[in-house]
Amino acid sequence: MDALHHVAPAQAGATELDEDPARAGQRKSLLRLLTCGSVDDGKSTLLGRLLYDSKMVLDDQLEALEADSRKSGTQGDRLDFALLVDGLSAEREQGITIDVAYRFFATERRKFIVADTPGHEQYTRNMVTGASTADLAIILVDARKGVLTQTRRHSHLVHLLGIRHVVLAVSKMDLVDFSEDRFEAIVADYRAFATEIGIAEFTAIPIAALSGDNIASLSAATPWYRGASLLEHLETVPLAAARSDGGAFQMPVQWVNRPNSGFRGYSGRIVGGTVRPGDDIVILPSGLTSRVERIVTFDGDLDRAVNGQSVTLTLADEVDCSRGEVIASAAAAPEVADVLAANLVWMSDEPLAPGRSYWLKIGAVTVSATIGAVDHIVDVETGRPAAARLLALNDIGHCELSLDRPVAAIPYARSRELGAFILIDKLSHATAAAGMIDALPRRAALGRETGESDRIVWLTGVAREDRAGIAATAQRKLQAMGRMSFILDEEAIRGDLNSDLTAGPPDSTEHARRVRAVAALMSRAGLHVLVAADVPAAEAWPGRALTPADLEQEGGAEWVI
Amino acid sequence: MNAPATFRSRGLTHLEQLEAESIHIMREVLAEAERPVMLYSIGKDSAVMLHLARKAFFPAPPPFPLLHVDTTWKFRDMYALRERAAREAGMELIVHRNPEAERLGINPFDHGSLHTDLWKTQGLRQALDQHGFDAAFGGARRDEDKSRAKERIFSFRSAHHRWDPKNQRPELWSLYNARKSRGETMRVFPLSNWTELDVWQYIHAEDIPIVPLYLAAARPTVERDGMILMVDDDRFRLREGEVPAWRSVRFRTLGCYPLTGAVESRASTLPEIIQEMLLATTSERQNRAIDHDGAASMERKKQEGYF
Ligand SMILES: Nc1nc2c(ncn2[C@@H]2O[C@H](COP(=O)(O)OP(=O)(O)O)[C@@H](O)[C@H]2O)c(=O)[nH]1
Repeated sequence: MDALHHVAPAQAGATELDEDPARAGQRKSLLRLLTCGSVDDGKSTLLGRLLYDSKMVLDDQLEALEADSRKSGTQGDRLDFALLVDGLSAEREQGITIDVAYRFFATERRKFIVADTPGHEQYTRNMVTGASTADLAIILVDARKGVLTQTRRHSHLVHLLGIRHVVLAVSKMDLVDFSEDRFEAIVADYRAFATEIGIAEFTAIPIAALSGDNIASLSAATPWYRGASLLEHLETVPLAAARSDGGAFQMPVQWVNRPNSGFRGYSGRIVGGTVRPGDDIVILPSGLTSRVERIVTFDGDLDRAVNGQSVTLTLADEVDCSRGEVIASAAAAPEVADVLAANLVWMSDEPLAPGRSYWLKIGAVTVSATIGAVDHIVDVETGRPAAARLLALNDIGHCELSLDRPVAAIPYARSRELGAFILIDKLSHATAAAGMIDALPRRAALGRETGESDRIVWLTGVAREDRAGIAATAQRKLQAMGRMSFILDEEAIRGDLNSDLTAGPPDSTEHARRVRAVAALMSRAGLHVLVAADVPAAEAWPGRALTPADLEQEGGAEWVI
Repeated sequence: MNAPATFRSRGLTHLEQLEAESIHIMREVLAEAERPVMLYSIGKDSAVMLHLARKAFFPAPPPFPLLHVDTTWKFRDMYALRERAAREAGMELIVHRNPEAERLGINPFDHGSLHTDLWKTQGLRQALDQHGFDAAFGGARRDEDKSRAKERIFSFRSAHHRWDPKNQRPELWSLYNARKSRGETMRVFPLSNWTELDVWQYIHAEDIPIVPLYLAAARPTVERDGMILMVDDDRFRLREGEVPAWRSVRFRTLGCYPLTGAVESRASTLPEIIQEMLLATTSERQNRAIDHDGAASMERKKQEGYF
């Protein structure tokens, strides 16, 4: 079937002895990094310099740079490297949202993808976006200014996003005469602060980006500095090959591949560990078990696949497994949870209203999530918690989320892939927040194990004037079967519990949340709950939501049992 | 991209990681979109994208069609590869030519930027609307141009195909938000994080078929406005005094032949091309006439719905 595809010799023979220079270049590793600095710390200059020193700047671009440097540069006759990456100012003026720009450069040993987060407005949102994929962060500190509030802010976010490698680049060293004392004082200052917030290790490098000192090679101006140049450090910093959860195998299923009745494969990208044919696996959240039969790829079956690879697995048994489920090593499976405690970084102009429900995407699954009360928000400058009820754009808050069904999850500190999620606004479809799980609390209410939610029926989807009649009929039937029930309507709830709320948003989500809480408590007490209050369809859970179509069906009134 | 175990123990290479990321993106789109399509322009980026799609869905053929928005002015070698590549991938090939442009005889000699607008921008919209595609894969890369550096992998368009720069979503981790309202569409760029060099190295490593025009050969050319143009067929209008001359040239990007500049080169094999790239001194877009009409032009074209 694939006459176009020939197995290239590189696949079979890409050994260290391969002489072909074109192929040698194929064996680079990949490092994703983030640069953080306040305006004027020299971030653009440093980036431009890295591109220039790794020979990524071509003649035509260099010509343009020379012309631009003369016209609008700040460096007189010298090249203004900042102009190489400064493609974003015009857009900022036009009010275009820019979160992150990505730059690429490569050396003999590594390819680098740099997330460059411009500007100070929207800083948290931008930086979190860039940091979410980075393995390393360069935190720039101006040698004249030392550690500033912004430095603390950047460091907190770097730590929150779980970036393990931190470089403290003390910049503009030329302006402090390459003073060792000055450098050491800044490093000591930063170390005290870093330890306090939990950054255990960092690498400090004195640099001057404009003149290139300690960027691509060590500078004669800092004979006292014993470490590596910035580029050498970036090239050699060890990359954790398997960074997820101690090497246990996990793969969210993105797609079930069924080209014909004879083949059924589960496609996904491995997010932790290694897998081999014959391995025992469990499918989560269902808990079904099986064994890996084959690891199928276009290049032939593999005898093992590792973290980061996109593969297709076949299983030894015919088990149910669909998009969104996680195939994991049976020996060390992640937990399954329907309550998540998490840090949320709010990214939407519309603030978070507690009690409102959002789509939550984790791995390859999207579920409905309701956000409970915000415990506290984190002040990114001091790192200290503060009280708050709402989360607004760029706030970071801690809260609990209840999901409408369980998902496989791992705290973020142990897995970036199964510990991170996004929240999606159900109406606008905007990405409203980034979330990082910090714990999986036991479910307190709304338990599904005992079938409590089966006793809740939402009549909210049928016309308001019909609800009372339907509810009364249902109550009679239940009574005839010896079951106790309660009609939870507006009158029952507004009278007292919701008397402080007004009609319409944002109170309507709070209203729905309270209705849900009351229904859950009643059902836990053994009552059947017939919810006839005014609640939007998206909020009508857990339990069964009745539609007008249900009533029209044959034996429509039987729905209640 | 299966390497021996010894080599694997050092972790995936950059090409293996790029490959895995692109495959992940394609599978997300297939799972979340209603009717995806892959834009296939027959160039090297499209060749890589098609190859990745074959890998992503193997042993099934990629479960969506290829769409070529044709201008009738591509190089002859490109048309030859188009049919073959679609057939061998087992995919349906949809070729769309804007009937209005065809009727008006729009061509790159007489109509300047109208040529691109009508054939490509309008043509693409027509094709997407006509077939009801809600997600289109494109082969654009972030390294192509300064203005693309900030481009999202999933790029949303209004019901009228407008790109609203104020309304793009942050992309966190590898969690793509592909939700959209009725009528909205998305463009998805699985090669966002690839560079030109990555593309060539991958083509070499995977032995991916490409249009021979990328390799140097003696071709009939004329020099015009600082560009070397190839006289690919007899529709080429020679100016006063122009005489086609044989030059050893190759192309770094391919588009409509009267608008695509060649570079003089003797690199006739992939390793030679990669070697030349490593020593290259100009960026690939320099040889495209379309990009010369002003700094903000790419941005404007994108807002209008051109890729
Ligand atoms: N003396 C000196 N000036 C620098 C250095 N790096 C950057 N600058 C200057 O600091 C200013 C701000 O730099 P820029 O890179 O635009 O900062 P950004 O706002 O952080 O991107 C510019 O005038 C730069 O020329 C350096 O190493 N030494």
